[in-house]
Order: sequence, then structure tokens, then C-alpha cells
Amino acid sequence: MAHTFKGGIHPDDKKSATSGKAIELLPAPAQVVLPMSMHIGRPCEPIVKVGDHVYLGQKIADSQAPVSSPIHASVSGTVVKIEPRPYSFGTEIMSVVIENDFKDEPDPSLHPLDIDSMTSEEIVAAVREAGIVGHGGATFPTSVKISSGLGKVDKVIINGAECEPYVTSDHRIMLEYPWEVVGGGKLLAKIFNVPEVMLGVEENKQDAYPKLKEYLPEDGSVKLYPLKTKYPQGSEKHIIYALTGREVPSGKLPADAGAAVFNTDTAAAIYRLFTTGMPAIRRIVTVSGSAISNPKNLECRIGTPVENLIDACGGFVEPPKKLIMGGPMMGMPQYRLDIPVMKGTNGFLAFCKDECVTVEHPACIRCGKCVGACPMRLMPTYIYQCSDKGDVEDLEYYNALDCIQCGACTYVCPAKLPLMQGILVAKQRVMDARRKK
Amino acid sequence: MYDLSQLKVSNSPHIRSEDNTRQIMLDVIIGLLPALAMALFIFGARAIISVCVSVVGCVFFEWLYCKLLKKPQTVGNLSAVVTGLLLAYTLPVTAPWWMILIGDFFAIVVVKNLFGGIGKNFMNPALGGRAFLMASYAVYMTTWAKIRTALPLFSNADIVTAATPLSSLKAGQLPEASILDAALGMVGGSLGEISALALLVGGLWLLWRRVINLRIPVSFIGTVAVLTLIFHKGDAGALTWMAYQVLSGGLMLGAIFMATDYASSPVTPNGQIIYGIGCGVLTVLIRYFGSYPEGVSYAILIMNCCVFLIEKISQPVKFGYVKPVKEPKEKKEAAK
Repeated sequence: MAHTFKGGIHPDDKKSATSGKAIELLPAPAQVVLPMSMHIGRPCEPIVKVGDHVYLGQKIADSQAPVSSPIHASVSGTVVKIEPRPYSFGTEIMSVVIENDFKDEPDPSLHPLDIDSMTSEEIVAAVREAGIVGHGGATFPTSVKISSGLGKVDKVIINGAECEPYVTSDHRIMLEYPWEVVGGGKLLAKIFNVPEVMLGVEENKQDAYPKLKEYLPEDGSVKLYPLKTKYPQGSEKHIIYALTGREVPSGKLPADAGAAVFNTDTAAAIYRLFTTGMPAIRRIVTVSGSAISNPKNLECRIGTPVENLIDACGGFVEPPKKLIMGGPMMGMPQYRLDIPVMKGTNGFLAFCKDECVTVEHPACIRCGKCVGACPMRLMPTYIYQCSDKGDVEDLEYYNALDCIQCGACTYVCPAKLPLMQGILVAKQRVMDARRKK
Repeated sequence: MYDLSQLKVSNSPHIRSEDNTRQIMLDVIIGLLPALAMALFIFGARAIISVCVSVVGCVFFEWLYCKLLKKPQTVGNLSAVVTGLLLAYTLPVTAPWWMILIGDFFAIVVVKNLFGGIGKNFMNPALGGRAFLMASYAVYMTTWAKIRTALPLFSNADIVTAATPLSSLKAGQLPEASILDAALGMVGGSLGEISALALLVGGLWLLWRRVINLRIPVSFIGTVAVLTLIFHKGDAGALTWMAYQVLSGGLMLGAIFMATDYASSPVTPNGQIIYGIGCGVLTVLIRYFGSYPEGVSYAILIMNCCVFLIEKISQPVKFGYVKPVKEPKEKKEAAK
């Protein structure tokens, strides 16, 4: 029996364009651009100067803030510029530009780690130093997740749901590097000192099951759990519910439900850290969508301009109408291609037509489909209606802040209401009102 | 360099389902066609004329309303066609054309558009129109033509009338027609409500197309079935009594097509069940104790008015809801 939750939607997953294609290694670019914020939390400060030589994997930026994650050189070479550069959040941000010397000299101080001889504090510090963040897209620093969960967490989950349509990067990792994913799971079991790490994988990736099972340890410290194919099955709260039956309390963290969730690629990154000592410097990105000539899964260095990825996929079939960093349900819209691949970039999509149908005078017909689709069991149409007409009390009454912005309501709406946009406004209003209090 | 001049930058989600309002309305129209075929078979061409008058009237009033008030034209979403069909289905086949048009006007303009148009009406427009006609032209509304007789296409002269199963049931007696006839629709009654089987076929179509779900129809019909089973009359046993009650009158049309009307039913899953049960209870109460033989339309209209209250009590419990812990009294006092 596949595990799941109530609600959700079943969009056409469109994964077949890239799910059968092996990961291709994209040659490192001549220059990488490393934004100072590729994670949730305080942006980093550069600790190198223009003209400095850097090794592959050398730390180039850090911050003392409790929630932050250092950044490492993804090529060896020379720092040529430290200046604001555009990135995927629409604005510019201070970035370190490194000229590649194509030698890929690794930082000599990097070495494999022996988890058995390390205390939990040392493990957290090592994961922090390696700049590992949630690779599923939310990019929450993994070290913070571990340290806040130690002692509280008894259910550790590896999230292999990958419920966003089009995106297949995690799928390919599980197919081609199953030992890294399972190995990461074993390390997480040791870190949290739990008997079992649950590896949840959606049923549309069944071809990965035998590959993963080959590496599952005999002591049962990592176990495979099939998940029903449904969006948003990969939502942190919903994968926890599907696998453990626990609901993360409203406004609280997964650790408050005794659970911690790590993305497949995050688990693989932890494995690589302990076996090779190499920090987070590469990323597997699915490049797909109707406007891409030859959709591919590309392994590229963090900081590679997106334009290089498009080139590697044979360019566009026709001028694209929409560019998206991430998946089509929650991804960020883009308007330029000179932005770098970041730690949380799992996909880049280009569409020939705007697949998001809009109508001129949308009128809610009260069909209730959004209520049925909402994985948080909210009433999206009422939040939407109150977002510009109602009081903040109404928005609180309809629990606007519990929305996880998965977009399921907007996807199903037959009247084509801009529900998501309205709810974003509503959430902002509630947060503003709470701050004033 | 790539041509990025045609880019649109908009918020996620970037894909949407194929469903749209017009398609839903079209599915409802298709779901209503089997009953129309049965009406044609039973009442002849007169049934088609009534339906056409009603549909044309509704579409015309919708168009005129938008035109006169300079609102965006909404005829294209086909909801007026659905209202026209449903209103005609609830009227006797002999209803004169001018009366149908008055009903159309009341349904489209007063019940629907004056309250804000599609999705904003708190009552089912077709049932609102029917209730208005019932109050205004009671004689026309209770003249039931004998089935399978040639009806004049426009006039109301020389119409042979016959009793409907409901009037027998009202008197606590079983109708003369067999259960099979009642299911097929070979009995007297309103134009589109008589054939329970044809309406069920339409209901299956709507379920398959996911236009409706089972909650309202099942809870509505189920409540009627259970109540009539418990409080049965007649001398042929409880099951027979229940079967006639369920198959006669407007129950199928009401439960499948009217009570499931999106605008006037709750959006919450539990609310839909409460609403369906309420409709069922009121239907049986009116059929047993009311002055009319049929209670479906008023039951639905009354429950329409309760929808917002039902939604209030049936709001889904949000994911991760934590019961607020009541502070112990001593603590509160200590805080003071």
C-alpha cells in the first residue's frame, strides 16, 4: 500500500521527457557566479578578495548568523569580481565571480570524515562547514535542521517524492547514484541515533525501487516506502503525515512532530561530504519544457549560468513565453538567462506558450474543488475573496497563514481565479497586522 | 543570445488544469439529455417546444441583463442554458410559453443576476423561478397531462389530465403504476423529472466527468429512503413504499442536478453531507405533512438559505490544528 495524505491534485507529470535520460556532465564554465544567498537565512559575506586564488571546494563566504550556510568555490581559479549580479529571485545580489583555471585543484584541507569518531556537535559543524542546504528547493540549512532536531526527532525521512511535474533530477540520482542516497540515509540514522530512516519514493519512480533496494542495509536502518503519486506529496508536512501519520502542528517545525525530512540530493550530499570531504559544489538540474529542443538532466557546477544549460540542450525550439527556475507548480518565473544555478535549483523549464490560462473576468462558481484539493484543508476561495475585501480577522478565521503555497487550488480552479496570488496578498496582510500588534 | 522578448513573468503555479466553467456547464447539459429524450418519448414534441422556449428565454434575459447594465457578457459560459433546461424540467409539460418566460425572467434576473451573477446567487435559479410560478399560477403548475397522448403544440385546450404517483402517495396509497413504470418515467409528472432511470444515467455521466461528487445525491436520496422505509404507509410493505417514494416526483432531478448546484450548495465536504441530509428530511416532512404533494423543490430552496450557516459549522479542521490549551485558573489569576 502506497502512503499518502488527503487532498492534493494529479497533474500530468510530464516527466517522461527526461526521466529516461542519464545525467550528463556539463563541462565547468569559464566563469562561475556564486550569489551570497543560496539558502534561507542571513546572506553570507565574502571572505576572499578580488585577485585571490581559490581551490575547488574552498570556502569563499560565510556568516556568523545562526541560520546561514557558507558558500564554496565550485571551480578552482581566480576571484575576478565581487559585485552585485542578477539571480533567480528577480533582483541583484552580491556575488563572487571566479575565473576558472580548468585545473579543478581541490582544496588540500578537504578530507573524508569518520562519523564514528565524531561527536554530534562535530557532525553538525562539519555539515555546516560544507554548506549543505535542503536541495529540494526550500534551501533550509541542513545543519540547523539537524541541530534543532537532535534529541527531539525519532522519525527521519528522506524525501524522494519529487512531486513537481517535469523535474526528474532526484529520480535520476536515485537511479544512478542509489548508494549515495542510501549511504546518506545510513549516516542520518547514525546522526539522529534512530533505528530506521524512511526513504519515501513516489510510485511513478518504480524503476528506482530495485536499484535502491540493492543498497539497502540488512540491519534495516534505511527502508524504502512507496508513496502515492500525487502533488504535493513531497511537501515536508505531507510526507511526514503520509509516512508517520503525524501532523506537524500549525505554525511549528517538523521537529515539533518529532520528524526531520531530507531531500534525496541532500542525503547524497551528506554522503559525499563524509566519504570525500567535498562540500556542496555541484547540482543536478532537469532542463525541460516545450520550448527546450532536447530536454536533459545535467550535472553542473553551482554558479554555472543558466544560459550554458540551455546551450547544452540545443537551445530553444522557438522564443520561449515563460521561463521557470524549479518546477511548474512552485517554481520562480525568470526573465533573463544570465542567472546562476544555485544550491536549490532542481530544474529549469521553458514553455512555448503560457500554460497558465487566465480569463478576463474570473467569477468563482463555488464548485469547491479548491477546498477538496487543498492539502492543508483550508478554504482557498474564501481566503481569496477576503484578501481584498475582508478584514484581517476574516483572514485569520480562514487560517490564511497555514497556506503552504503549493498552488493546488489554483491548478484545479475551473473558473481560473488567481487564487494563489490573492492568498499571497492575504498572507502578507496578516503578517503585517501581526507585526503591528 | 536568445530571444526573450515574448516572456511573461507571472506568479506560480505555471500550469493549470483543463477544466473550465463552460466545460462544466456543457457536461451538465449533456447529463440532462437522457431525461429530455424520455420526455420527448412520453410527451411528444410539446416537451421539446417547452424546453426550447425556456432555454431561449434564459439566454436572452442573461444577454439582455449584461447588455443593459454594461457588464461583461456571460452568455458564453452556458450557465443560462442549464438554468433554462432545469426550469423547463420542473414544469408540467403543458405550462404555457408566456408562463415559462416569466419563470425564466425571475430565475435569471431576480434570483441570479441581481445577487451578482454566476456563483453569487444563494438560491438555485431554476427552483427560484419554479417557486415563483407555483405561487403565481398554481392551476397551470398542477395540471398533469396524461402520458403518451397527443398534446397540442401550443394551446392548452383538450388536455386529458391524469393523477401523478405523488398525489396517490400523498393520500397514503400506492400508485397504480408499477414500480418499473415509475422508474422508467411512464407516469404523470413534470416534464423532465419523471424518468428516474434517465436522470440516473445523467448522474453517472456527471460523476464520471467529476462535475459532481456522491456526497449530496447519496445523502439526499439516502435520507429520503431511510425515512420512508421507517415511516412507511400503504399495504405492500416498507420496501415498495420506499421505492415509490424514491422514484417518484422530483427527487432524482433534485438530488442529482438541483441540490448539487455549485453556487447554492456548501463547498465543504462535510457541509455537503449535512446539506443533503437536510434536503432529505425536509422533502419527507413536506411530502408527509405539507399541503403540497411534492417537497423536493422547497426542501432544496430552504436548505439553500442555510448554506452559509452549514459552511460555518463544517469548515474543515486545518492540517496540523492544535486544540488551544486552556490555561489553568490559578495561572490566570497569578498573571493578574
